[in-house]
Amino acid sequence: MSEPLLKISDLHAVIAEEGTEILKGVDLELRAGEVHAIMGPNGSGKSTLAKVLSGHPGYEVTQGSVLYRGEDLLAMEPDERARAGVFLAFQYPMEIPGVSIANFLRVAMQARNPEEELDIFDFQEKLLERMQLLEMDPSFAERAVNDGFSGGEKKRNEILQMAMLEPALAVMDETDSGLDIDALKIVANGVNKLHEERPEMTVLMITHYQRLLNYIKPQFVHVMANGRIVETGGPELALRLEESGYELYRGEPAASV
Amino acid sequence: MPYNETVANLGLEDYKYHFITKDKPVFKAQRGLSEEVVRQISAHKEEPEWMLKFRLKALEIYRSKPMPTWGGDLSQLESVLDDIYYYVKPADRMQYSWDDVPPEIKETFERLGIPEAERRVLAGVGAQYESEMVYHSLKKEWEEKGIIFESIENGLKLYPDLFREYFGTVVPPGDNKFSALNSAVWSGGSFVYIPKGVKVEIPLQAYFRVNTEQLGQFERTLIIADEDSYAHYIEGCTAPIYSTDSFHSGVIEIIVKRGARFRYTTIQNWSKNMYNLVTQRALVHEDAHMEWVDGNLGSKLTMKYPSCYLVGKGAHGQILSIGYAGDGQHQDTGGKVVHAAPYTTSQVISKSISKGTGRASYRGLVKVYEGAKHAKSNVECDALLLNDVSRTDTFPYIEIEEHTANVGHEASVSKIGEEQLFYLMSRGLSEDEAAAMIVRGFIEPIAKELPLEYAVELNRLIELEMEGSVG
Repeated sequence: MSEPLLKISDLHAVIAEEGTEILKGVDLELRAGEVHAIMGPNGSGKSTLAKVLSGHPGYEVTQGSVLYRGEDLLAMEPDERARAGVFLAFQYPMEIPGVSIANFLRVAMQARNPEEELDIFDFQEKLLERMQLLEMDPSFAERAVNDGFSGGEKKRNEILQMAMLEPALAVMDETDSGLDIDALKIVANGVNKLHEERPEMTVLMITHYQRLLNYIKPQFVHVMANGRIVETGGPELALRLEESGYELYRGEPAASV
Repeated sequence: MPYNETVANLGLEDYKYHFITKDKPVFKAQRGLSEEVVRQISAHKEEPEWMLKFRLKALEIYRSKPMPTWGGDLSQLESVLDDIYYYVKPADRMQYSWDDVPPEIKETFERLGIPEAERRVLAGVGAQYESEMVYHSLKKEWEEKGIIFESIENGLKLYPDLFREYFGTVVPPGDNKFSALNSAVWSGGSFVYIPKGVKVEIPLQAYFRVNTEQLGQFERTLIIADEDSYAHYIEGCTAPIYSTDSFHSGVIEIIVKRGARFRYTTIQNWSKNMYNLVTQRALVHEDAHMEWVDGNLGSKLTMKYPSCYLVGKGAHGQILSIGYAGDGQHQDTGGKVVHAAPYTTSQVISKSISKGTGRASYRGLVKVYEGAKHAKSNVECDALLLNDVSRTDTFPYIEIEEHTANVGHEASVSKIGEEQLFYLMSRGLSEDEAAAMIVRGFIEPIAKELPLEYAVELNRLIELEMEGSVG
């Protein structure tokens, strides 16, 4: 049995400013190449988990550990984690006025390989090709990052970044929220294609609705409630949740956000 | 023979503040300002009588005007002004060695990739930069088209009528205390004339002729763009200019005639002990365009408001200004637009960045005279604060006397958002790199108007400045 890519053990985390506990002992193991989905009601801590994994300053870990390739992920700064191959597709991507997508990606890619000068022509070629894959107009490359983008455009831009940066672990935080069915299909197609090209990439989808999972088929589905993972199953678990909702998991009061 | 060559040929070896030659009376440079100093300057430049009179009159005006009480802190300036040398012959400029140059300055040169030879000139240690050669070959091309690009002293000598017709007409000595001062003791600067219909593709760079004189305290520039001409003039550079001088007061006068287009770009990065007070003004005639691109990165205090006086129907003025104030710096900058004719238009975009205890302010005027029918003006001033103690102020003055005018003003203040920083860091950028990227994005609308090599240098400079700046 191979060493897990990511091993989360008894993870507890609070909102940094006020101390409210959101994650109350999360355990999870992900192996290279696997596709996981975490579903759960609002307030269950799903998004918080994604943010804690990427090192968001708004949260503080109070207990537990996260090992990434055997190393202490929590001891790493957000940029170190990114360079180590962790990628978070944001639920609400930020706007960076005045910085073009092309420029931003070029700098990000150079940051991963500071020793070697990035070949600008290879970069351009790859960027155009990836944009085609995601059915993005090439002119988008010159637009400022997320500046004036629609919700769908922002999410596609997240996947474009994923496609360019080629992470080992891709965490998608509610990527499907706010997307219409067409946009959803394009995004899903992009992710599937990436996974095909790089089967070693691990995908962790955080999602509220089952819909996305029709297009990106997970091997493992976890249910998160009240700050913990309470059930794990295969794709059929998602379908069951679709039918019966999250009622079963309303035990203790949900963590207040 | 050009002025500086004359001096060089005297074969002076003694680099002290006075010299003796066989033929000329003893000149002893002295601290402080006096009528004698002004006379010395004029005599040394062999100026015509009218210019001497002009200087002396300006000295009177300077003395009669009080120190401004607005803008930056000028309280220390009085003692500085009493103490400085108002005129030092270029060859006699204090020669300090490369070793005396502060390490931060040297490091910046290194980081910006400034060529070795340039570094020495910028640090005031070298006399002339090799681009003098570039200048000479371009000069021939220009001469054929009738383009004049000379030192201001040569302008007066070689083109006396043209010079006299325009000199002091855009910024009269009485305009403000420092234009009076400059009018009394000006030395060094450029004289430019673009003939009718001539379009100059390559930017004219003051840099071509950079020598220690060019970096003088009281430079004066006069530019005339004749009808339907086009040219772009660039002054300054992003590299820090090290000077033991602590005061710089320039005057730039530009006349843009009917249908002509002119752009004047300045990037200043004076060392952080400098008071930098400059009067820049353009007179814009019918259907003419004037653009000021102004980058203020250095100095202890800069007070500078490039202005466009739109005096002809349909004239257009644009001011793009970037001010960066780091610890202990105060950039009080912006622009002035005066609409004095109908259908004139103007646009001002000002971006200020304050870091640490730096203070970057926007100070601007939009004035629309009665009769300037259908004048349109838009001002956008944006400020970015990098730390909790950074400061920015906005002083917009809007005076509208014409009811058909359309004037807009937008202002914004922001800081680097934690979420924005995190977003960029989550893509692998370090905190400093992320902050630098956000700052670059902030100034992008103006930076994209700069010639490429300046934009590149500006970016590198920002990266340098941003190190360890966040938080």
